[in-house]
Amino acid sequence: MAKLVRTKVEFEGHIREQEAVVEEDNLPVWTAEAALVEVGESRPRVDGPARVSGSAEYTQDVRLPGMLWTAILRSPHAHARISSIDVSVALEREGVFDVLTFKDTQSIPWYSDSFLLDRTLRFHGDEVACVAAVDEQTAQDALLDIRVTYETLHHVSSVNKAAEPTAPQIRPGRGPGSNRTTEPVTYSRGDVETAFASADVTVRGVYETSSALHNSFETHGSVARWEQDELTVWDSTQNIFGVRASLANRLSIPLSRVRVISRFMGGGFGSKNGLGKCTMLAAMISRRTGRPVRCVLDREAENLAAGHRPPTTVTVEMAAAADGTLAGIKLHSILSSGAYGDGGFQIGGPARELYQCKNVSTIQEAVYTNTGPGAAFRAPGYVAGTFALESTMDMLAERLGIDPMELRRKNYAAQNQSREMAYSQKHLLESYAEGARRIGWQDRRDPPGSPPRGKVRGMGMASQVWGGGGAPPSYALCRLNADGSFDVLTGTHDLGTGTKTVMTQIAAEELGVSVDRIHITIGDTLTCPYSLLSAGSLTVPSVGPTVRAAAADAKRQLLEIAGSIMDAPPDALSISDGTIHSGQGDGITVDEVAKRVGNYMIIGKGARGPNPSDVSVNTFGAQFAEVEVDCATGKIAVLRVVAAHEFGRVLNPLTLSSQIEGGVFQGMGYGVMEQRIVDESSGRVVNANLTEYKLPTMLDVPIVDSVFMGPPDEKANNTGAKGAGEPPIIPPAAAIANAVANAIGVRITRLPMTPQTVLEALETKRSEA
Amino acid sequence: MQDEVRGPGSVAIRITVNGREHPLEVEPRMTLLDAIRQKLNLTGSKRVCDSGACGACTMIVDGRAIYACMTLAIACDGASVTTIEGLSGEGELHPIQKAFVEKDGYQCGFCTPGQVLAAKALLDRNPHPSRDEIRRGMSGNLCRCGAYLKIIDSVSYAAELIAKAGE
Repeated sequence: MAKLVRTKVEFEGHIREQEAVVEEDNLPVWTAEAALVEVGESRPRVDGPARVSGSAEYTQDVRLPGMLWTAILRSPHAHARISSIDVSVALEREGVFDVLTFKDTQSIPWYSDSFLLDRTLRFHGDEVACVAAVDEQTAQDALLDIRVTYETLHHVSSVNKAAEPTAPQIRPGRGPGSNRTTEPVTYSRGDVETAFASADVTVRGVYETSSALHNSFETHGSVARWEQDELTVWDSTQNIFGVRASLANRLSIPLSRVRVISRFMGGGFGSKNGLGKCTMLAAMISRRTGRPVRCVLDREAENLAAGHRPPTTVTVEMAAAADGTLAGIKLHSILSSGAYGDGGFQIGGPARELYQCKNVSTIQEAVYTNTGPGAAFRAPGYVAGTFALESTMDMLAERLGIDPMELRRKNYAAQNQSREMAYSQKHLLESYAEGARRIGWQDRRDPPGSPPRGKVRGMGMASQVWGGGGAPPSYALCRLNADGSFDVLTGTHDLGTGTKTVMTQIAAEELGVSVDRIHITIGDTLTCPYSLLSAGSLTVPSVGPTVRAAAADAKRQLLEIAGSIMDAPPDALSISDGTIHSGQGDGITVDEVAKRVGNYMIIGKGARGPNPSDVSVNTFGAQFAEVEVDCATGKIAVLRVVAAHEFGRVLNPLTLSSQIEGGVFQGMGYGVMEQRIVDESSGRVVNANLTEYKLPTMLDVPIVDSVFMGPPDEKANNTGAKGAGEPPIIPPAAAIANAVANAIGVRITRLPMTPQTVLEALETKRSEA
Repeated sequence: MQDEVRGPGSVAIRITVNGREHPLEVEPRMTLLDAIRQKLNLTGSKRVCDSGACGACTMIVDGRAIYACMTLAIACDGASVTTIEGLSGEGELHPIQKAFVEKDGYQCGFCTPGQVLAAKALLDRNPHPSRDEIRRGMSGNLCRCGAYLKIIDSVSYAAELIAKAGE
């Protein structure tokens, strides 16, 4: 029976209470003792052959008859107003079908006070015009035919300068001199000032982190097709239903007339959580021209305009007793998510949650700058927040002469302090112990007293807290076909995370059939029931229990029918290896029942149940890094990382270890090499490409030892599994920074820790000595 | 051939792609990657960086792995090109592809066609590479999801599969 309930949901560090229609989920939890056959197996990806053979159709591979190609003219200035724009020559070019400028999109608001195409341009790369033509080259050539005159305006690209009262005003509708996105977001518990006044020691660190670019290998892009009054959109998105809702709203058409498809995705990492401008442009032009329209960003556009991890300045202060007991934590952060992002990322989350501490205050601020719009990027807020917090913990450990891991153990948080609630389970102490054992923590040396020369090694560690508990609403269908095969349908996404594979395993487990009997369809708003966006490590703990419920409902019906055939009560029947057993005789196969049922289709329906109300469901982990620093060149080589995380039940060790390794490498890239570089005088991004924006290569990455800690989380949901997408990227930068400090005796407080940064830090230390 | 002036405007060329010869009309500025993706609609090869930085567009031209985004189509007039679509036979995956599936040598799969062809070129040259030789041989192909360790496993395993098949 369906009912409306209130349930608490943790999404990227924000706790929300929301209403959800849920159906009773009476399935017994798969406990630690449950004898599972398929779940927990290292199953290769079900869509692997399509991915390795080039036959997987990603959005930008979609080819439709008569399809138009587009090119977007982008602002060369960081801040400008269009004085005049003339597209008449472009429109006359042979093969050009349409050109859109701000004049065509004034009825389409974007962000809070801008438009799909705005007359005022607020960052280098902001959209000026969009040309649609018969092919890509014609569309690009036509961009050169557009005559624009710009009135350049004062710009500001640095976070700290944007906060000054004299800074150029970036957004309309705000008071002059205020580039703040909102009032500062504050949190406090206890009495922080008194705790600091009476503490034995205090330490303080100021940290700067760079803007990292997602660089999903598949850029943002869509193909839109109108047929009569129905719009179909192929989109590279983490949120098909969100895109559908936004399109329907902006185009003033019913939800039922919009179909969004995202079957294969070449990554997202948080940058594809909602409707993008390219999608809207494709939809509009398709409506105007009557042709299908493809709008796919190139790499430069992707890196200028499709999202970035906001750069931050974070100050952390800690007060402690001489024995290391934390008395107080203060955190202040300021970030910019560009000209349009609200910057509501929880930089203070780790400071509030990771350690037992009665007196905590966090203040989070955000400002607009004349840079591209920021976006969620894998564990938004927590990556910078953990770098700052965990670096300061190591400073405190050094000050007190306590082993960094011992200091963390001493301040272990037994419960969720901001929600004043027990955790569903927490195995961080075990992660510390196992990680330390595997990295050889007992061999860690003290940092050198004076700056070393040559190559030196060091070890460091850092911890992680994150959500990962999932949420309703999410729905799935499981249909039995006349040949004994099953269709599973759910409107989720596979960013490359392995969603299709683990969902197939869950359905196979519940149904008692092999995975090759199951075909899963995701990423289609028309054929699949609703599922929420794939972000915030939500997918496995939300959709997994849903798919299991749908399979269980199909199984229940199947057994009822089998019972009538076998003349046995359905609850005495079970399925294993595709055969229905009553405990007596040979039983009958699912195929035989399917054949008898024929086209009277069994349709199982499943819904995600509510979250538990009495416990906080979180993921915890610790990473240990060993680095080698070349003091002559400043280059940091990350040699080894032990990643010991707890995600509850492991559905597929193979794909989970892949996800952990990928998170470690992205975190390492953020730590030592990745940064968008903005030239402050012009406000232009100088490395919006993959040549000068440095991603880790195969030669840069460490060996990773992934360790899965802890049993299934039986309070989390009926599968006992939690989300693993984001936790692995949270500790690497902090663990590496702590290892570098251990190696060279100097703490680097600015990311990325490039060779230049390391050399400067060594030089400063030498000149002090 | 080198002295011939071609273009501006479309130029007629012939390229053998996966064993089949295709007459094509391309502008001199068109890359091999765009010719294959847009003229022949073989979309397995991916355009990711468009600047020779990532290797997602890797193809094998006359036995050599190249970045197709940095190669003009007209420069391949008369050449023999293998794309990812040409690697697997009649519905049967190539051992390298099987190895990538089995060892999880990918995540989103967008760089994978390029990785597989880079591995093919490497193994054609060096059938029994050490892990370090694989690391160096494959380092021209980036993977944003970070499947690197599993790619090394995949290439190493592919070498075994190929050797076993040859026995």
